[in-house]
Amino acid sequence: MKFFLSVLLTMLAGIGISLWSLSPWWGFVPVASLVAIALHQVPSKAFAAGFLGMLLAWGGLSWWIDWQNASLLSKQVAVLFPLQGSSAALILLTGILGGLLGGIAALAGCYLRSTKSNVE
Amino acid sequence: MRIVPFLCSTAITIALVTLLDNSLGKIPPLGSFLSPQYGFWQNAEPINQDYGGKLLLTGIKGPVEVYFDERLVPHVFATNEEDLYFVQGYLHARFRLFQIDLQTRAAAGRASELAGSKAINFDREQRRLGMVFAAENALKEIEANATFRSFFDAYTAGVNSYIEQLTEAALPIEYKLLQNKPEKWSNLKTALLLKMMSKMLSAGTETDLANTNAKSIFMPNELQQLYPQVPDSLLPIVPIGTEFPKPAVIPIKPVNADSVYFNNKTTVAAQSLDRPDPGNGSNNWVVAGTKTKSGYPILANDPHLELSLPSIWFEIQLKTPTHNSYGVSLPGSPFVVIGFNDSIAWGVTNSQRDVKDYYEIKFKDQSRSAYWFNNQWTPTKMRIEEIKVKDSLSVFDTVAYTVFGPVQFDNSFSNAAAADRNLAVRWAAHDPSNEGLTFFKLNKAHNYADYEEAIRTFTCPGQNFIFASRTGDIAIWQQGRFPARWEGQGLYVMPGEDSSYLWQGYIPQQENPHAINPARGYLQSANQRAADGTYPYFIPGSYITARGVRIDNKLAAMSGITPKDMMELHADYYNISAEDLRPVLLANIQEEQLQGKELAYLSIFRDWDLMASPDSKGQTVFQCFWDTVQASIWRDEIERTNPMAPWPIEQTTIEWLLRDTLHTYADNRNTPAVETLAMIVTSSFKKAALVLAAKEAEGKLVWSRYMNPSVYHLLKDALPAFARKGLAVGGYGNIVNAIKHSHGPSWRMIVHLIDGIEAYGVFPGGQSGNPGSRYYDNNIAAWEKGEYNRCWYMRENDRTSEQVKWVLEFNKL
Repeated sequence: MKFFLSVLLTMLAGIGISLWSLSPWWGFVPVASLVAIALHQVPSKAFAAGFLGMLLAWGGLSWWIDWQNASLLSKQVAVLFPLQGSSAALILLTGILGGLLGGIAALAGCYLRSTKSNVE
Repeated sequence: MRIVPFLCSTAITIALVTLLDNSLGKIPPLGSFLSPQYGFWQNAEPINQDYGGKLLLTGIKGPVEVYFDERLVPHVFATNEEDLYFVQGYLHARFRLFQIDLQTRAAAGRASELAGSKAINFDREQRRLGMVFAAENALKEIEANATFRSFFDAYTAGVNSYIEQLTEAALPIEYKLLQNKPEKWSNLKTALLLKMMSKMLSAGTETDLANTNAKSIFMPNELQQLYPQVPDSLLPIVPIGTEFPKPAVIPIKPVNADSVYFNNKTTVAAQSLDRPDPGNGSNNWVVAGTKTKSGYPILANDPHLELSLPSIWFEIQLKTPTHNSYGVSLPGSPFVVIGFNDSIAWGVTNSQRDVKDYYEIKFKDQSRSAYWFNNQWTPTKMRIEEIKVKDSLSVFDTVAYTVFGPVQFDNSFSNAAAADRNLAVRWAAHDPSNEGLTFFKLNKAHNYADYEEAIRTFTCPGQNFIFASRTGDIAIWQQGRFPARWEGQGLYVMPGEDSSYLWQGYIPQQENPHAINPARGYLQSANQRAADGTYPYFIPGSYITARGVRIDNKLAAMSGITPKDMMELHADYYNISAEDLRPVLLANIQEEQLQGKELAYLSIFRDWDLMASPDSKGQTVFQCFWDTVQASIWRDEIERTNPMAPWPIEQTTIEWLLRDTLHTYADNRNTPAVETLAMIVTSSFKKAALVLAAKEAEGKLVWSRYMNPSVYHLLKDALPAFARKGLAVGGYGNIVNAIKHSHGPSWRMIVHLIDGIEAYGVFPGGQSGNPGSRYYDNNIAAWEKGEYNRCWYMRENDRTSEQVKWVLEFNKL
């Protein structure tokens, strides 16, 4: 339950933080840490929740944008990168990048609250 | 807290964010670039994007409605002219911000700010050519007219109004890739944009430096043979037989011209780095009602320029209660540049006239602070240029200004090692002028008198303004402020130690070549010499003859013309040069010396239908063969100096061959044997066959595969994914449908001046500069097929028409 809640909160934060106009592109990073502090889990689960939350946020958002755009732009950018013009690969890359940042930020949050005793 | 893992994971988080927040070489900062909320994903416009809305802005006086049609062409309905140009500026910025910013920075010699150190020499040359100096001079003239200035001010305010509300997420994708920000617009930038056009169209139409080298190796009679002024086959813009009045200005050749100018055999090592393509030409023509089916004139225009994405043109309709113009505008400048209104239509081609000369300057010393002029040391004006360089320190350059103009080449700037010559450039684009005023007046012109009044002040680059009116008048003027030259003036670097070699005056505007309502019922221009040898002024330039001959032949033979006939002429692939050349070349090929593949290519050439169509193999064989023939004839001659003398133009070589008088030049100077024309032609064919065989092995014997017609993004090879390559089109520079590899008809327009105006247009791009928009390249397919869009010329009562897709309303805040 905690795990799913963490994933959900991280994902919502990842999507919603940009509504705050002063937020830099990495505004979701401290929020992912906060989620891990508030909903404490073992490090592996914390990482997984942060990763999954941001994978869904960035992967989902880019997928949604790409679908509305009929992949016009992603096909071209995936040539620049180079990803052989594959929109799916670009969406995956976006999701994994967001996921990595979310995961590692959650891990930091998790360790902030961890003590030797509450580690399983 | 678990200190060590916490510190480690925090450090990794911070390191990762920092890493992804910075660019690595050419790779943009991956974090912000890939962020779906800030990065390139934000440039992926929904394909059903709504371009409508309501805007409340300062800087606008009253309501303006913009009606977008299904091709995203804005039809701007304003109540006054300031608001009209404010909104035009806003729309240019909305759809073409990166383009206008890049082009004006490059015009000002500031490309290094975006491209880094590799652009420093380009920037130095822009500054040394006096691009900013020219724009400043123009701006003084523009701002001296208070009414006109208010239009420029409004346009600038419109661009800035868009820039000011831009968020990071909404930046054009190129800024995200290059890590840069748009710069605020100014009237100077608009002036710079127009100077960019001046450079494109009037800085590459002379070869003075190379000519100077030609003079060092050729005798005067040889120079006349290799570089003649009037081609035999010329069909000029002004119909042959037109009488010219006695010239009002008769320039005087300096007394020492023969000894110090014509017979001066010194070479010059300097060469321009960024020479505009002399093929920046165009076609336009007009047929009178006597030759059309409807009885009303039809006007056609297709400017040939470098093809780019976004396109150099932006289609727009501009309407106030007093005028209603439609056509293409240049993003970065107000007004419709080529188009029509409810009374007239107009178009332009380049005059190709030489309006740029070089003068040799003698400086007093290394400081370049004084130069010898009219028997005394005269102080130069120094302009210190700071060139800011991306990821590096600024570079400073000092440019000395003389009475002639800026010293473009001196010992601190030249591409060549032997830079001991100081060359000042005298260029018509430096003179104060207001070219925009002409377009403003044309937008509102009602008749021939208005048109003539509008173009009268147009200075540089010289253009062939073609005209047709609803009332049945047709006309063409070659308009510009052209120096009145003595015979031979400005073909070579001139002495710059006194005033005797300065331009002595200008050809009076009324004496510019022009024609009105000729009996034959048509007029045309295609970058050929404007008039035949009876025109009383010396008018050198980089002229192209072949297209004009073909267009003239076709128009002369036509009657009952419809817009469809004009479309077919735009698409014409007939190679008129090859029609002349094939018999001569075939007569000189020693067929018994050919074998295998060579014979196969010969039969392709012999059976070719003379069409440079996309699937033609004959055109490929011809062009490859003919280029080799020209190189074989001339290379040994013109390479006798370094840098080379100019290549004789294609038309000259054709005419020599047709007259059968090329013999002395056919011989290769570098071999002991005496080559005949037949030997040269045959060996050229064999050489060409090797190239053709290699191309055939790659599947590129077909013309469109050989030429690879492409439209590149403005940043060229840096962003190959944003280009559209391998288009299925044919053509060439000498062909009416003048498509070359990345160059050609940048806007095809046909206007039939019937009641209500029937107009067609297409350019190889789209209205939006955003590669993430479906309007980035949506017209390319039609352009490729030779199809047109019907221009929707909206009237007052069309506001509620179903053709309106989106409405964008502007209101005063």
